[in-house]
Amino acid sequence: MEFQTNILKETMTVSLIGDLDEKNAREVREYLDENIRQYDFYTLLLDMKKVDFMDSTGIGVLLGRYKKLQSKGRELCVRNLNAQLDKVFRVSGLYQIIKAV
Amino acid sequence: MKVINNVKMILPAKRGNESFARASVAAFCASLSPTIEEINDIKTAVSEAVTNAIVHAYTDESGEILLEVVLYDDKVVDITVTDEGKGLEDPDEARKPFFTTKPQEEHSGMGFTIMEAFMDTLEVTSVIGRGTTVKLRKKIGKNA
Repeated sequence: MEFQTNILKETMTVSLIGDLDEKNAREVREYLDENIRQYDFYTLLLDMKKVDFMDSTGIGVLLGRYKKLQSKGRELCVRNLNAQLDKVFRVSGLYQIIKAV
Repeated sequence: MKVINNVKMILPAKRGNESFARASVAAFCASLSPTIEEINDIKTAVSEAVTNAIVHAYTDESGEILLEVVLYDDKVVDITVTDEGKGLEDPDEARKPFFTTKPQEEHSGMGFTIMEAFMDTLEVTSVIGRGTTVKLRKKIGKNA
């Protein structure tokens, strides 16, 4: 998994590069949690343009970060979901709590 | 229904093999000319079933997973994922959305829900201490 991160005003944008599955889950979790600890921002925006595939392991990773951010009064958003990710979001109900922008 | 092709693979239950499993099954199903959505559905369901075996059936990544794919002449694909791991206490309960035995590890409990939504049928049989078999079926070209 690779990451590209930048912070502009209140938003930290993290572009994920790779599949959001069991193999990469721990690395994504640790990377995002470290950034959540270290930086001051309101919105964490995950750019999924270079995520080809995601399964329910990815749902768990996103839900975990959502809860963490919510408890600190911050928000999690996503953008650029391909058709496969969009279907996983729809079927699981993730769109109800994580906003796509 | 007549079998036109089939494959069996034995995979070590190691993290990362879910990615190989879904790519292999997708490639094998290509002869049925599925749409991109159908291929994505199959990849997603295979990834869920194989991840379950890696994470839940064998806790120390030490076992093996048998993955079987059968293609039929009327564009039906059957996928069977079998492990010889610890088994499910209650397969019906495990299929419910958000069911997980490992909430502290951030497992979403949506694996079976996704398999059910992305495939036409899902059958789960399990024996405690003996293992679990997940059977998935999908008809290709249903929406054509």
